[in-house]
Amino acid sequence: MKETKQMSVSAIENGTVIDHVPAKNLFKVIQILGLDHIDSQITFGTNLESKKLGRKAIIKISGKFFEDEDINRIALVAPDAKLNIIRGYEVVEKKVVEVPDYIIGIAKCVNPKCITNFEHVTTRFRVVSKKNVALKCHYCEKITTQENMQII
Amino acid sequence: MKNRSLVSIDDFSTDEIITILDLAEEFEKQPVRKLLEGKVVATLFFEPSTRTRLSFESAINRLGGKIVGFADAGSSSVSKGETLHDTIKMVCSYSDLIVMRHPIEGSARYASEIATVPVINAGDGANQHPTQTILDLYSIRKTQGTLSNLNIFMVGDLKYGRTVHSLMMAMSRWNATFNFIAPEELKMPDEFKFYLENMGLKYYEHSDFTDIISKADIIYMTRVQKERFSDPIEYEKVKNVYVLRDSMLKNTRPNMRILHPLPRVNEIHTDVDSNPKAYYFEQALNGVFTRQAILCTLLGIEL
Repeated sequence: MKETKQMSVSAIENGTVIDHVPAKNLFKVIQILGLDHIDSQITFGTNLESKKLGRKAIIKISGKFFEDEDINRIALVAPDAKLNIIRGYEVVEKKVVEVPDYIIGIAKCVNPKCITNFEHVTTRFRVVSKKNVALKCHYCEKITTQENMQII
Repeated sequence: MKNRSLVSIDDFSTDEIITILDLAEEFEKQPVRKLLEGKVVATLFFEPSTRTRLSFESAINRLGGKIVGFADAGSSSVSKGETLHDTIKMVCSYSDLIVMRHPIEGSARYASEIATVPVINAGDGANQHPTQTILDLYSIRKTQGTLSNLNIFMVGDLKYGRTVHSLMMAMSRWNATFNFIAPEELKMPDEFKFYLENMGLKYYEHSDFTDIISKADIIYMTRVQKERFSDPIEYEKVKNVYVLRDSMLKNTRPNMRILHPLPRVNEIHTDVDSNPKAYYFEQALNGVFTRQAILCTLLGIEL
């Protein structure tokens, strides 16, 4: 007999499920994707058990499909996130996030003497390492690494 | 290159750098050319830098251009709390080109994005100072006859010295070999060594001056500044280790020349000054010719 797993967060008919979000970064993902400003029905669960992440979060967005370019923006805070694209209650496509080549307006430059920390300048970085994420500031040219990265 | 800005040496291709060096040679032959007649250049020095400012102003004057600007932030609208954004916007309507020195890193790149006229970065904090690099390249090419396959020694503060970082990156385009001589606290940072490794270039590190300098084509000296040391005792230990004296130059190559971005304190003993291998004062003069070449290039003015 097939074991029935209880869903922690109820299923959606059409839309996107973002799974394997580190629990501590759930609200950063919501912020980066602007989910706090859209009309779609959104359900999320957090502090769910995960063998891989310890505690994970999951977000289900009804009737919303993302462009790769948009979804890759969460790679800095949820590098292991997996996307399930749902149509008619069925998973029709799975995607993983990829660290993009450029990061615009998400991270803060670690250099306290950088212009972006003095005036209203949108931060811009070139990704110089994708494995251990390292960002080179377009302005001051200093490197911000994963350990000292702050999300704006 | 017309209407482009010069923020970082990497903004220019190797061919473009060579074109600027060739043009600077023409200005060395004939420095006074009224090519900027009717043009206004703004020199915005948000922190004082007498040498760089005078060099630029001399270059502009020899080209017949007019100068507006300020020599330190205290005498500008910055002291009233104006943002860099607004200052640049305003100055664009008064000038054909902006030369800017600013203590905040990345300020020059930001200014170049706001400005409707070309911006020359005359130093943005510890980040970039590309006109210094171009004058260093000019001095190297002039004294060595080439930029290729040279053995470059860099001495002193290799950790914070932006001039050595920019020059190292620039010389890596011409298959240089590097020797770094620095105290432990001021060694060349790993990111630059990785860069050389990726480029497949050789570098060697030393903690003091030895006979090794007999292999140098260029010795690039920098100041070891007391304020860079967390422990004053460390400074006292090393302050006299990195001093170049005339007696040390006996076995050096005949083509070898000593460069220094200046100002010097005690790291080059004055007894070196009369040695024909001392080149730092001529190097400063070359700054005027190279800046003339850069100004004309960015304004699209040909000889």
